[in-house]
Amino acid sequence: MSTPEAQALPPATPAAKMIRTLMGIAMLSGFLVVLTYQLTKPIIAENQRRAIEAAVFEVIPNSGIRRDFVINDQGLTPVTEENPAEGILIYAGYNQQGELKGIAAKAAAQGYADMIHILYGYDPSCECIRGMKVLKLAETPGLGDKIITDANFVANFEALDARLSADGTTLANEIVTVKAGSKQNPWEIDAISGATISSKAVGKAINQSAKQLLPDLLPHLQQLKQPPELPQQNEVADD
Amino acid sequence: MTKENTTITWDTFSEGLWRENPVFVMLLGMCPVLAVTNSAINALAMGLATTFVLLASGTLISLLRHNIPKQVRIATYIVIIATFVTIVDYAIQAISLDLYNALGAFIQLIVVNCMILGRAEAYASRNRPLKAVVNGIGMGIGFTFALLCLGVVREILGAGTLFGVDLFGPRFEPWVVMLLPPGGFLVLGAWLLLFEWIKQRKERADLETAAETR
Repeated sequence: MSTPEAQALPPATPAAKMIRTLMGIAMLSGFLVVLTYQLTKPIIAENQRRAIEAAVFEVIPNSGIRRDFVINDQGLTPVTEENPAEGILIYAGYNQQGELKGIAAKAAAQGYADMIHILYGYDPSCECIRGMKVLKLAETPGLGDKIITDANFVANFEALDARLSADGTTLANEIVTVKAGSKQNPWEIDAISGATISSKAVGKAINQSAKQLLPDLLPHLQQLKQPPELPQQNEVADD
Repeated sequence: MTKENTTITWDTFSEGLWRENPVFVMLLGMCPVLAVTNSAINALAMGLATTFVLLASGTLISLLRHNIPKQVRIATYIVIIATFVTIVDYAIQAISLDLYNALGAFIQLIVVNCMILGRAEAYASRNRPLKAVVNGIGMGIGFTFALLCLGVVREILGAGTLFGVDLFGPRFEPWVVMLLPPGGFLVLGAWLLLFEWIKQRKERADLETAAETR
């Protein structure tokens, strides 16, 4: 790419000039990047919030208000952007009357190409999974990504049984993905033929997450059922 | 430094469109060409993002061309290009998260698109800003056009849609391989074949007319 004349006789440029140029460019670059970052930060945060909100309302039928909580050793803590807390993040969805319609949580499992990240909605009234949405995947287009579009597969998550066992420490029945068309029990997921690995990953993600989350979550159900207009009342316990 | 040719002609603009099209003639920047052209909208977004980086970095490099010592020019170009790529990265996140997720790591990889560094080294650093801008626009449009050529064909064949609009109805069986990496190579090969054929036919016609008039 460089011309012969450039290689033949390099003019003696003082090192100070090179350093000055590089510093000048670096400062200009830094300024431009920081400026863009500051300008776009609120818009990006708003986009992300809206994307999460849309996904939560999609997996919790009939919900229209969302509140975030974390579950940790101290129990259930409401979180906001100004008031974050460590723990497992869950999204509670309420209808406009303030009734708890369900709880959404994130889950992930290894798919065919990469981790499949999903959000699923749990409905305490039927003790079942009411919805599943893929947040991120890198599966083969036309095969693995059918877990988003395949109507029969999506129908698995309209009422997927997730009852707890009698002692409340784990699921009564492990959620499993079975061969396409052989679903017999409400806790089984019919796989998509040709996308078995991706289908199984979704089942595994939900099973692992629900098994861990639901036993911790259900003792706090009464606290979650309080109207979302008054989430601050819950904070008394953890200070 | 040799005396600059400062006149701006139609060729300054159009060489990127056709005669020196970065994809179909120079075969530069093949990574995004093959990787993100699995749908028309991805191809368009990638083309526009690259055009912006090409244009902005070209302008800045052209403005600073007398102040950049030769020994550090590549480092300077890379920093300038990386700056504008970062800006594009934030801008796309602000415009649409879906688009950002679809394009994935390829936005950041615009930095290493050799077409941009090539234009900086071969053109922007040797010409006046206005000329560099005109040429950059031409190159950018040429690049976007080429990406769209691939994206449109691959989306129609591989998904039966165009810009997300269903074209053939539910009876259509998508040709999935077109969305996968092999499809990129197949479609690129087909387009290169077509362009080379047109070029050769034109050259032959030119020779014939030249022979007749003699």
